[in-house]
Amino acid sequence: MSALIEVENLTRVFDVSKPWLNRVIERLPKALLTAVSDVSFGIEENSVYALVGESGSGKSTIGKIIVGLVPPSSGKVEIDGVDLATEPEGARRAAVRENVQMIFQDPYASLNPRWKVRDIIAEPVSARGGDTEGLAERLLEQVGLSAQDAGKYPHEFSGGQRQRICIARALASNPRIIVCDEPTSALDVSVQSQVLNLMSDLREELGLTYLFISHDLTVVRHMADKVGVLYLGTLVEEAPRDTLYADPKHPYTQMLFEAAPRMDAFGRDIDPPKGEIPDAINPPPGCAFHPRCPIAVDRCRKERPRLREVGKTRVACHLAE
Amino acid sequence: MTTPVLSVRGMTVEIPTRRGVLRPVDNVSFDIAEGEILGVVGESGAGKSMTGNAVIGLLDPPARIVSGEVLLKGEAVHTAKGEKLRRIRGKRMGMIFQDPLTSLNPLLTVGEQLSETILEHLPVSQSEAEKRAIAALDEVGIPAAAQRIDSYPHEFSGGMRQRVVIALALCAEPDLVIADEPTTALDVSVQAQIIALLKRLCRDKGVAVMLVTHDMGVIAEAADRVAVMYAGRMAELGPVREVLTRARHPYTAGLMGSTPLASQGQKRLRQIPGAMPRLEHLPDGCAFHPRCDRAEARCRQNPAPDLTACEGRAACWFPLPAQSEKEEVSA
Repeated sequence: MSALIEVENLTRVFDVSKPWLNRVIERLPKALLTAVSDVSFGIEENSVYALVGESGSGKSTIGKIIVGLVPPSSGKVEIDGVDLATEPEGARRAAVRENVQMIFQDPYASLNPRWKVRDIIAEPVSARGGDTEGLAERLLEQVGLSAQDAGKYPHEFSGGQRQRICIARALASNPRIIVCDEPTSALDVSVQSQVLNLMSDLREELGLTYLFISHDLTVVRHMADKVGVLYLGTLVEEAPRDTLYADPKHPYTQMLFEAAPRMDAFGRDIDPPKGEIPDAINPPPGCAFHPRCPIAVDRCRKERPRLREVGKTRVACHLAE
Repeated sequence: MTTPVLSVRGMTVEIPTRRGVLRPVDNVSFDIAEGEILGVVGESGAGKSMTGNAVIGLLDPPARIVSGEVLLKGEAVHTAKGEKLRRIRGKRMGMIFQDPLTSLNPLLTVGEQLSETILEHLPVSQSEAEKRAIAALDEVGIPAAAQRIDSYPHEFSGGMRQRVVIALALCAEPDLVIADEPTTALDVSVQAQIIALLKRLCRDKGVAVMLVTHDMGVIAEAADRVAVMYAGRMAELGPVREVLTRARHPYTAGLMGSTPLASQGQKRLRQIPGAMPRLEHLPDGCAFHPRCDRAEARCRQNPAPDLTACEGRAACWFPLPAQSEKEEVSA
């Protein structure tokens, strides 16, 4: 079965240098930040692929590249066999664009406060000249709000309701793929479960494919079919959900699982992980994780490990087996 | 048992507004003993931060404590004003805020900020204060403390900054520390470090800690007892293991049930319908009744019973039975 989204050797470098004149006066070199480094994975149709990682791991950048908000520096993303960056035929590009939508983390910042909900939801369709008659009302009911809400403004809704509006907007153009960037991080637990349930229902009803970006391991465990773990822009481990949670192979994944607060670990005294995420502008040589890795050997300091298959898992570690 | 470090009795906070008086904290009572960590959980708007701010005297006017009392080792704090409040705050109570960048002065080095606090509250010389500042940084696990003392806050990473804030809160040797969402802005691995640090310092120094957070996992790992707040009131109060595994209040049970961990392996998560009511539209009776599946006529008419009146566990007319095992969190 071929994947719906194919990401190949994706790399994105941001130029974070100081302004030109400062560089000349202070004799500074250019500062380049590699947010995503040589990442490859595939997402099957009608599945949920989760990207997890801490801040600065590049998970949001990958999401933005897939929807086309950020161009890749090298490598490519093929959606349904079409590479948005190089596809010459406008009609095919437009068709793919319509199929990919995004839900953002902060429902307070991602809705225009001056627009009525009706216009917000219909925009993905009206921007392409489509017919929006009754569209917003129908979608609002689909996400559990009422049709009358279409005439209101975003400030009249709570956080959870706003995230429902964001979901309705994402559904407006009948997409096949939705990139969800931390869709429930800004929400309270009881509201989070409502939104996650809604997302699962919609996926089943509409046959959607999700790229689910999150730092919350328990949410990912509930939602994902396959999970990719990112560290400092590289994919360090990828496995089907149950395999990953039962038997994490990469020391970083193991550390993440160990460090995550657990609700059944009363008064647990863990030996907390050492160190912090290194500076992405000057990442450590070899394996980026080696300064914090409890089992690092000499080879890890020199040679960057490549992803290799161990059972059902793909892992980038010299020592994993 | 000896006198608790902090004793809050029937504290009510009100905010007069043009559209009526809001009550973000309503008749809240709890104690914290020496060396104990009390977790305060709730969703946004539950009044948990407001409770912490009220205890340490940081309410922004027009919000004020209208009734009840706050006792620090038996001494009334809620009536303290001006110089007296300043002597208590910082010296005997420390505070750790959520965002470590905004709670440090960007124009002073961390050493200046630490020794300023030490000099203000402890009878020591300038050089002794500096020595103590270095020791404080060392204690919270900042490597090469003697060199980092002259660094500015922006030169530290998020986790290191939060360590500085913890050092600041503890440098005047307080009896009580209020930590308001201390790890919410941090990554998982750093969060684990900060929680471990808080627990160790609290245990070693016998400091009482009020840990305000929305993260049940953090509460489970760090707290000894937990208070669950809903719409300004205390819904449930008890030992952390009891409350989290055998919740008596329907809200606590719903909150625990709706976390993805509790519904593991199930297709749908359990959910609590609706959202927390806004303070200006609090329903009559028990504030939770519109979302509660156990609600009866009594809940719609009478406010929820006082915590002290119901075996000190759940403020509910119809609490879940004590022996209920169904909320047990799977390992």
